Amino acid sequence: MSKMFQAGPQGTRIKSDCQVFYKPASDPLIINIESKVDALFSKTIRDLAETTLASLGITTGSVEIKDFGALPFVMMAQIETVVKRAHPEIDKEVLPEFKAHAQYETSFGRFRRSRLYLPGNQPKLFLNAGIHQPDSIILDLEDSVPPAEKDAARYIVRNALRTLDFFGAERMVRINQGELGMQDLESIIPHNVHTILLPKAETADQVIAMEAKVQSILKEKGLKKNIYYMPILESALGVLNAYDIATASKNNVGLAMGLEDYTADIGTQRTLGGKESFFARSMLVNAARAAGIQPIDTVFSDVGNETALRESVRVTKSMGFDGMGCIHPRQIKPIHEEFAPTEAEISKAKQIIVAADEAEAQGLGVVAVGSKMIDPPVVKRAERTIRMAVDTGLLAKNWKE
Amino acid sequence: MNKKYELVKNAAGRMVPTEVNGKSQVPFQGVNGYKPDGHKAAPPIASCSDYPSDGNKVVGSIKEALELAGLKNGMTISSHHHFRNGDLVMNQVFDAAQEMGTKGLMWFPSAAFPCHAPMTEHMESGLIHHIEGSLNGPLGKYASQGKMDGLAVLRSHGGRWQAVQDGEVHIDIAVLAAPTADPMGNATGDRGPSACGLLGFGLADSMYADKVIIVTDNLVPFPCYPWQIQGQNVDYVVVLDKVGEPDKIVSGTTQLTKSPDRLYIAELTAKFVRAAGIMQDGFSFQAGAGGTALAFAIYLKEMMLEAGVKARFVRGGSTKYLVEMLEEGLTDYILDGQTFDLEGVRSMRENEGHVNTSPFTSYNWHGKGNFASQLDAVVLGATEVDVNFNANVVTHSDGQMLHGIGGWQNCLFSKCTILPIPAFRDRIPVIVDEVTTLVGPGELVDVIVTERGIAINPLRTDLIEATKDSDLPIRTIQELKAEIDDLIGGTPQKPKLTDEPIGVVKWVDGTVIDTIFKIE
Repeated sequence: MSKMFQAGPQGTRIKSDCQVFYKPASDPLIINIESKVDALFSKTIRDLAETTLASLGITTGSVEIKDFGALPFVMMAQIETVVKRAHPEIDKEVLPEFKAHAQYETSFGRFRRSRLYLPGNQPKLFLNAGIHQPDSIILDLEDSVPPAEKDAARYIVRNALRTLDFFGAERMVRINQGELGMQDLESIIPHNVHTILLPKAETADQVIAMEAKVQSILKEKGLKKNIYYMPILESALGVLNAYDIATASKNNVGLAMGLEDYTADIGTQRTLGGKESFFARSMLVNAARAAGIQPIDTVFSDVGNETALRESVRVTKSMGFDGMGCIHPRQIKPIHEEFAPTEAEISKAKQIIVAADEAEAQGLGVVAVGSKMIDPPVVKRAERTIRMAVDTGLLAKNWKE
Repeated sequence: MNKKYELVKNAAGRMVPTEVNGKSQVPFQGVNGYKPDGHKAAPPIASCSDYPSDGNKVVGSIKEALELAGLKNGMTISSHHHFRNGDLVMNQVFDAAQEMGTKGLMWFPSAAFPCHAPMTEHMESGLIHHIEGSLNGPLGKYASQGKMDGLAVLRSHGGRWQAVQDGEVHIDIAVLAAPTADPMGNATGDRGPSACGLLGFGLADSMYADKVIIVTDNLVPFPCYPWQIQGQNVDYVVVLDKVGEPDKIVSGTTQLTKSPDRLYIAELTAKFVRAAGIMQDGFSFQAGAGGTALAFAIYLKEMMLEAGVKARFVRGGSTKYLVEMLEEGLTDYILDGQTFDLEGVRSMRENEGHVNTSPFTSYNWHGKGNFASQLDAVVLGATEVDVNFNANVVTHSDGQMLHGIGGWQNCLFSKCTILPIPAFRDRIPVIVDEVTTLVGPGELVDVIVTERGIAINPLRTDLIEATKDSDLPIRTIQELKAEIDDLIGGTPQKPKLTDEPIGVVKWVDGTVIDTIFKIE
């Protein structure tokens, strides 16, 4: 009797996913498929199962697929998972088509007000994530994925990176800690991941090691690309080394705070007021600012409470942070609205931009508003304020006209 | 079953039977193509001398009432669906009919619910020959499998009134459950232990049936005032201990969607209504009780408050959200067809501006105008829309019969018909090349709002023009379809359907717009 291997979610309320059962044997391959969308996709599903199994070299045994409306990229990942659980020696990947809409770029200084966490083994949450217009989406391989699903999540995330349109959101992946994280990089780096979130960053060496790994993967694949990093500080040591970590790579775009683990590490609990984390957060803001990158705050976990979320964003903003994490799409809009500049900020920024334009038109090297000289970083800050005001709908795109 | 139907091609290019359940049919002739002549049907002339002068028409039981009404083989018994899944009356009616040994009855409810599952046994036994009405739950499944003798005939709320009024369906006996009634038969839905708000779906039955039986658990001395059904139309009154399960008649609270995608679609829909210039002082709209439609009403309310805009009227099904708008002065009237929650029932009782309407005033196409066409915007659901904006609401993309039409077809005549729908459900796309079943002709469907963009019917150049400078994600329906087909892994294959009809869909004028075929 050979063993039965299994992949896919458990339970009765499965959506946009599938279960795959595989029993290796010496008899010719048999594939049984039962699908909720059989009437519309029976042929497509069979073709996909046959092709995927063939490219993994599976010609014998029996495979059973129970489908609950999985999109092709998900089904491919679940088949790959079950096959590799049975045959860990297979290193061939089965990749879905790399869609044009999955190949857009990001930029160093873009907004990262909201970053939407998506558990890597729950593809149903990926499909429409981009329509809620977070600044970034985080395909998470770490804490939201149970240990037994790490392999599946890696293939699902990889395939999602090649397939899905996130409508301009920055494409982030949070990798696992340690060696597992290095393996995650192998899987995802070639597929236009924009930014890697490095969990539990405690020393600059971790960032340097990650960057070296990324560089070697890029080199091996013959890719020339800028991959950005955002280390997450989640411990006392990480907080104390914040500046070293922030400056460990020129491709760091921000430092993020992870408060659940941090508060445990310093021997306390997270409170709504957040006194216990004031030092850590302030330290992070200063380190990030000193390094010229974005300070990003932790997530707010009470999804149903918008009032408290807004209050927490106001505190976050006032501490100097540029953004925070989200665990539900409904948090995105309140976060953007609270990070939006005030009317006074906008009006001041407008004056500065107009003055800068005039200075440039007249070939002057110095910008002045009234009798006050304006330094270049202030102009840059004003530009950012204006961009954010336009982005949040507080200012017309053509406000200069 | 397995009867051969002669099919002809109608004006929409759909193959439809020329005869349904023994009656010859007019194929669909275009949205405004068919105008019958002649006079309306009417019940027989009655004489007060045949009725008790003290006005007491109470009889001992449902069975006695059916016997007195002269129930015979092959007759049509009708009912309303205001008790929804909490109806305790109609199963008893057919149990009584069975005791009387009758056969071959037609049940003509305005809709059937899962609580009516026992009717499948009555169909197996031959007591009920077939059902014409919206079929939900087990009865829908039974009919989908082609097990019912005769064809399912799906009509809109307005179409049901039209069919009764035009004599297409002759009701022998109407059995109308009433939350409160007096011995003469004056009856109302807005009070009593089984209060359901109103009784509009049973109004035509009370006016056109040969015999009318009122069944209540709250008999009050004459007069039951205000009344919704007139005792002058009623033959017998039956009093039971309990006619309905209140918590299944209306919900305590209406459920708002929590899905972020659907909330996004709802918000986009409200933004469209605002951007298109529809949201102006004195405007009107209708949105149903589905999660997305409710959320739409809430977003629109916020925008109305922000802009200081007030509606002249909104159309129910009413919910607490519409009631709030009425009580906060954001609309002068709710013109209500059915109440969906307890707040709706309360408001109908208490608020003068909460008006009880019927399918005659709201929807009937063979009349001298109706409310639906005066609405500035209506927000409806759909299972499928095709690239020509034809829409389906009765079958799923896999051909399974799902549910009835409700007021859906009637509402298409509003000035702006908007369908907020998710672009795909699981892997099943909503935008298709050709709808499985044609229920709403594309020329009446103006806007599709999905989470991936808004498509405006090219016929509505005015709406395209009005929103062209907005920041709304307006795209062509072909673009939306291409994006979704790419995501789901290609255009799906067609479900395999047999050539055996299991039902027909009527247009608002009584013509046959499409046929539902059995799945292979």
